[in-house]
Amino acid sequence: MNIIRLMKLITYVVLILFLFFATSCGASSTPQENGDVGEEPGVYIENEGSDTIVNLALAWAERYQSIRPEVRIAVTGGGSGTGIASLINGTVDIANASRQIKPEEIESARARGIDPKEFVIARDAIAVIVHPSNPVDKLTLQQISDIFSGKFNNWQELGGENRPIVRVSRETNSGTHVYFLEEVLRLGEQDNDTLFSPDTLLLPSSEGIIAEVRDNPNVIGYDGLGYITPDVKVIAVARNEKSSYILPSVDTVNNGEYPIARNLYMYTDGEPKGAIREYLNWIMGPEAQEIVRELGFVPISDESIAKSAGSEN
Amino acid sequence: MKSSNTWFEFFINQLIRISGYSAIVFVLMIFFFLLREGLPTLTEVPLRSLFSVRWYPIEDLFGILPLIGGSIVVTIGAGLVAIPLGVGTAIFIAEIAPRWAREILKPLIEVLAGIPSVVLGFLGFIVLASLFRRLFNLPTGLSAFTGSLLLGAISIPTIVSVAEDALDAVPRAYRDSALAMGATEWQTIWMVTLPAARSGVLTAIMLGIGRAIGETMTVLLVTGNAPTLPTGLSALFRPIRTMTATIAAEMGEVAGGSTHYHVLFFIGITLFIISLAINITASAVVFRQRRRAERILS
Repeated sequence: MNIIRLMKLITYVVLILFLFFATSCGASSTPQENGDVGEEPGVYIENEGSDTIVNLALAWAERYQSIRPEVRIAVTGGGSGTGIASLINGTVDIANASRQIKPEEIESARARGIDPKEFVIARDAIAVIVHPSNPVDKLTLQQISDIFSGKFNNWQELGGENRPIVRVSRETNSGTHVYFLEEVLRLGEQDNDTLFSPDTLLLPSSEGIIAEVRDNPNVIGYDGLGYITPDVKVIAVARNEKSSYILPSVDTVNNGEYPIARNLYMYTDGEPKGAIREYLNWIMGPEAQEIVRELGFVPISDESIAKSAGSEN
Repeated sequence: MKSSNTWFEFFINQLIRISGYSAIVFVLMIFFFLLREGLPTLTEVPLRSLFSVRWYPIEDLFGILPLIGGSIVVTIGAGLVAIPLGVGTAIFIAEIAPRWAREILKPLIEVLAGIPSVVLGFLGFIVLASLFRRLFNLPTGLSAFTGSLLLGAISIPTIVSVAEDALDAVPRAYRDSALAMGATEWQTIWMVTLPAARSGVLTAIMLGIGRAIGETMTVLLVTGNAPTLPTGLSALFRPIRTMTATIAAEMGEVAGGSTHYHVLFFIGITLFIISLAINITASAVVFRQRRRAERILS
């Protein structure tokens, strides 16, 4: 009897030890593997964040890997907030963001010994889009703000057909969402606390927004210029009633005429070194910036950076 | 020979025993983890704002009522679709269908169960949403209705296979006696076979409902995710946001330990409690009815 008890006890202990051993093995082996890859001649760069940037980052990674085959770059999307959260948690080398890092995020990064360093890597215009059959073709920032905050609920109020307005937005973890909230809904005013109307559809991807706008004549949405396809209609936007209505394009963004344009960022932990430094230098160079133009974003030039800095202050 | 056999027996016994207990341990651990991560919400967010109607976490508005309402609306919708269709299919397969039809239907239902929910969601987003918008002249097809229909489709295989097993387990003699007493086929099914298999059929329905309320990917894609509080019947045809979709869409962005993070876990606790309540109610109903049946029989 006692022997059986003892045997039972031993079996439990062995099994529990085995479980612990198995799990701890699994946990400890992953960082080691990553470390090994870093020390080998091949270099591994982990790049995560903004869905606005993901296509651009993929195109860059592909071209760069064809020039420098020893470098491997893994690109994932998920949203600006996701990328920055991963940088703070120390799981990525470069975070992509379509908005600037928030003071709270810098604070929580510092608390974990991470020092986010910012790079402007391209510019992007946010296009306001509707179904091609919608007769409305120009709006002021104030009108767009009133549409998304729920003051307008029928296209008739804006000179369109008698149709309900359906508002479509990215999820709240998207940098595009936050930028649109601050610069369009709140018109860039610090003390303005306008919110999206609660019945705004929050779609998890840029493609989802394009698909819904393409299909539904009631919809108004917004998305990065790089995602706009020819089968949706882009609205010309004016800063106010007195200024002229401008369609987004490389030229109107670079000369500062189109009002809803922003910088796109990459963040690293501290001053980047080695392969990451070289990669970022290449991104700022002419070859990578040509890819920016091909994908419908706006390349950075010294003057456009100066202008954006001027308009933000 | 004999001793190695007993050792083997002993080892297998213990392994099975540990597997059995591990389920309890895992549930307790999950529950403990949920409570640890979710309960700080109650100290960080005042109850009045937690049970308010505006969900907009990036501005610290954590009203979870619209999310609970959204989950309830799609789950009821899914139940309305899946219960009649699922139980009906189970009855057909178990009682009415000829052998060859049965041989075809059963594997087909299993294939339906194997379709990943994200695929169904994608189809719903591309095809159904647009179709329903045109058909019912809705502002947008991304609505609770589209979500309910797809969730119904997801729960049907679960309901069918469990309910069919329960009906199959009803002794042949029950049906034969009913038919011998002059009952029609329908009367036999409705008044004898189905009541006899009641507890199994109820379990099937509960499992189906559980599947619907916990489903995430499909609702994230097709319900529009607008956190509006559903009021009245028309809410079925408007966009809603469910608890599961909220957790899935927002978990990736939150910093560990922030208020938003705690609130997402609090939503997880709420979801857990709701499905627990459904399960307990169901087993209570089954238990009570079984007791009554036993009394009548004795």
